[in-house]
Amino acid sequence: MSSVSTAKVKGRVRSAALRDIFARQEFGVVMILLVMVVFLSLYTDTFLTSTNIFNILRAFSWIAISAFGQCLVIITTGVDLSVGSVMGLSGLASAMLLVRGVPVPLAVVGGLAAGFVVGMANGLMITKGKLPPFIATLGTLLMARGICNGLTGGWPVRDLPQSFRTLGQHDIPIGNVGVPLPLIFVLILAVITSLFLSRTTWGYRIYAVGGNEEATRLSGISTDKIKIMVYTLCGLLTAVGGVLMTARLGVAAPLAGWGYELDVIAAAVVGGTSFSGGEGTILGVLVGAAIMQVLRTGLVLVGVSAYWLQAVQGFVIVTAIMLDQLRKRRR
Amino acid sequence: MNEPAKYLLCMEGISKAFPGVQALDKVDFEVDEGEVVALVGENGAGKSTLMKILCGAYRKDSGRILIYGKETEIESPHHAQQLKISIIYQEFNLTPNQSAAANVFLSREPRQRGVGRFFNLVDRQRMEQEAQQLLERVGARVPSTALIRDLSVAEQQMVEVAKSLAVDARIIIMDEPTSALGEEEVETLFDIIRTLKVQGIAVIFITHRLDEVFRIADRIVVLRDGQRAGDLPIDEATPEEIIRLMVGRELVTDMFHKEKAEIGEPFFEVRNLTGRGTVRDVSFTLRRGEILGFAGLVGAGRTETARLLFGADRKESGEILVEGKPVRINAPEDAVNAGLSLVPEDRSNQGLVLGLAVQENIVLPTLDNHARAGWVNRPALRRTSQEYVDRLNIRTPSLQQKATYLSGGNQQKVVVAKWLASNPKVLILDEPTRGIDVGAKAEVHALMSQLAQTGIGIIMISSELPEILGMSDRILVMSEGRVAAILDREEATQEVIMTYASGEAENQIVDQTSKGGDA
Repeated sequence: MSSVSTAKVKGRVRSAALRDIFARQEFGVVMILLVMVVFLSLYTDTFLTSTNIFNILRAFSWIAISAFGQCLVIITTGVDLSVGSVMGLSGLASAMLLVRGVPVPLAVVGGLAAGFVVGMANGLMITKGKLPPFIATLGTLLMARGICNGLTGGWPVRDLPQSFRTLGQHDIPIGNVGVPLPLIFVLILAVITSLFLSRTTWGYRIYAVGGNEEATRLSGISTDKIKIMVYTLCGLLTAVGGVLMTARLGVAAPLAGWGYELDVIAAAVVGGTSFSGGEGTILGVLVGAAIMQVLRTGLVLVGVSAYWLQAVQGFVIVTAIMLDQLRKRRR
Repeated sequence: MNEPAKYLLCMEGISKAFPGVQALDKVDFEVDEGEVVALVGENGAGKSTLMKILCGAYRKDSGRILIYGKETEIESPHHAQQLKISIIYQEFNLTPNQSAAANVFLSREPRQRGVGRFFNLVDRQRMEQEAQQLLERVGARVPSTALIRDLSVAEQQMVEVAKSLAVDARIIIMDEPTSALGEEEVETLFDIIRTLKVQGIAVIFITHRLDEVFRIADRIVVLRDGQRAGDLPIDEATPEEIIRLMVGRELVTDMFHKEKAEIGEPFFEVRNLTGRGTVRDVSFTLRRGEILGFAGLVGAGRTETARLLFGADRKESGEILVEGKPVRINAPEDAVNAGLSLVPEDRSNQGLVLGLAVQENIVLPTLDNHARAGWVNRPALRRTSQEYVDRLNIRTPSLQQKATYLSGGNQQKVVVAKWLASNPKVLILDEPTRGIDVGAKAEVHALMSQLAQTGIGIIMISSELPEILGMSDRILVMSEGRVAAILDREEATQEVIMTYASGEAENQIVDQTSKGGDA
């Protein structure tokens, strides 16, 4: 069956280019996003205003950035439940440094370091400690949140300097619209992470580990190193999200980011990252995060009560995954 | 053809097409009570498709299936089971964390009588007793309470057979049942098949090993390209004839033939390698251009030795010297850096990332050579993979094809390719031709000869004695984790190897010394 006649192969290659676009992982989610955007634009007057669009994008930015990291983790067949707490912890770390008079750049580095450390701890527990990712990151979810509560005694850290808040609140004028700074960060990080994943040896190895860890190890690749790297990067990216979130809100509450791990995982999964590993792209995750955010705002705009929101979100997640499974089976 | 009514099973004119390929084209196949039919053919000849239709996994496009002359439409695997047709796949369908008894009665556990029946409670005692009887019927000496994960492959297979008996199967299909077994266990399996025969059960036996066909089958059906190429009673068949029918061309009768290679100085040495229970005190040397065959029964520690050498498992003690210098190997990456490479026994789980493209699998161990500062040089990567696809004649529609879609033989060549790209000094091949078809087998053997000629030292683990005898310059026989003998090509015969492998040689020596003591 493997020996296909050359004529057939040539024909296949020609039609393959077109079919590739349809078969691409991102095709389905991009279509869903487009349908949602078109529908909301027609149905409501407010959706397509630049204020609304940028509000959506601003709120989605930290989820998206953290989801890039989550995507790397899920590709290796892992999961990182600690991202919500890490967002809170990293933002809090920056805020506490700031109110003690530490200059903004150093305070930001401090926040990122917090995420880096938790991420690396996750990686070490999973590889050297042989803990299942679910358990290890459930532990750090609680630990990081507990540290937030313990450090603050439950009180939020306020009065952050304006120069820091700019990071989350400033709009950069491009043409005659102000593009929110966090969105710029999202796009830059999307390009970097995407190139990292698709063009570097590390990216290749991440996919290989997710596809078959044992075969990858037996190819002379230290799978432990890859996994530690992936969790550390996830912690670091999540910390970027956490710092941006804190800058946007202007206050670091001990419960900030509570429950966000579910939004982050949903964004990654709706974007086509497969829990069975070895599959997922940053573009897909970006679209997945956008879908979740458009859905949230859109439902409110069309008058769905906020109390029903989660039910619809849950439905969308499950439907998206089922459609994706169908697409795969058809091939 | 005989009267269909007389046959237990009669398949007539079965056709099945998949997108782009006619998998079966009007195939006739019949089997009678107490008959053992060997179904042979190259990979892709349609054996599995035919059997999957028989056990309800696929629906046929056309043709008739008659059971005792009665036309039957097999609608689902469940329906096939009701018709008392049972299949034992190459990869067993057992749940590793449950007992043998639970597996034998999977989903048909005997229920308690009385109140317990109302709550669907399992009658554990009865289940274990009945399972024990079934296990004994197939000659398995294991308690039915033992967990599957603690059983050897051969014992697991016996559980599979017992499972078929539990559903009172009249037709048992065995897909490559011997591929994971050593010589002794194969004999046990054949004993079981003979028992089944006496009980009037029909056995359909899919295999690549022709010698087995002659040992057990009553009749041979050969498929080629989805058609029946031959149907012969065993006494009228010869291996040459079957191979000719399978490949549709004359093949060199001496399949296992090593071409001469210049054998150089010893450059790789292993001293007193020992690892957790399974490998004890293994020492040997390997010379450039040499093929060192590892023979032994399954469980003798051959695969374990290879994994210890390669750093896949942790060794307790022992030294490895490459070109006279001791090397520290604690993980596969150390082994690769020292010039070692391992083509593992289990291709799909250990050798390949099936979801990745052929080209990415080929460059996996050498990614760093195809990158600058971490950036993958994609043209270089494609060049390398194309080079090896051409050199090893890997049949794939493109370099981007996922490895999972290749045939077994071509998958194996991809695994070999990825190591050749790393320029190894030592190539360890664990069962390099298991489960691949005759043509691909010959290609792999020719390739081994070529590689030896370039000065690579090859360690080849194989459970097929003809392959060991045909391909090796020297043969290391393992028995119970130790080196039982290292034989030169000239002094090795099947009998000598089996004597050492089964530990008999040791007994003979002990006998002689004890006799000497008596005198």
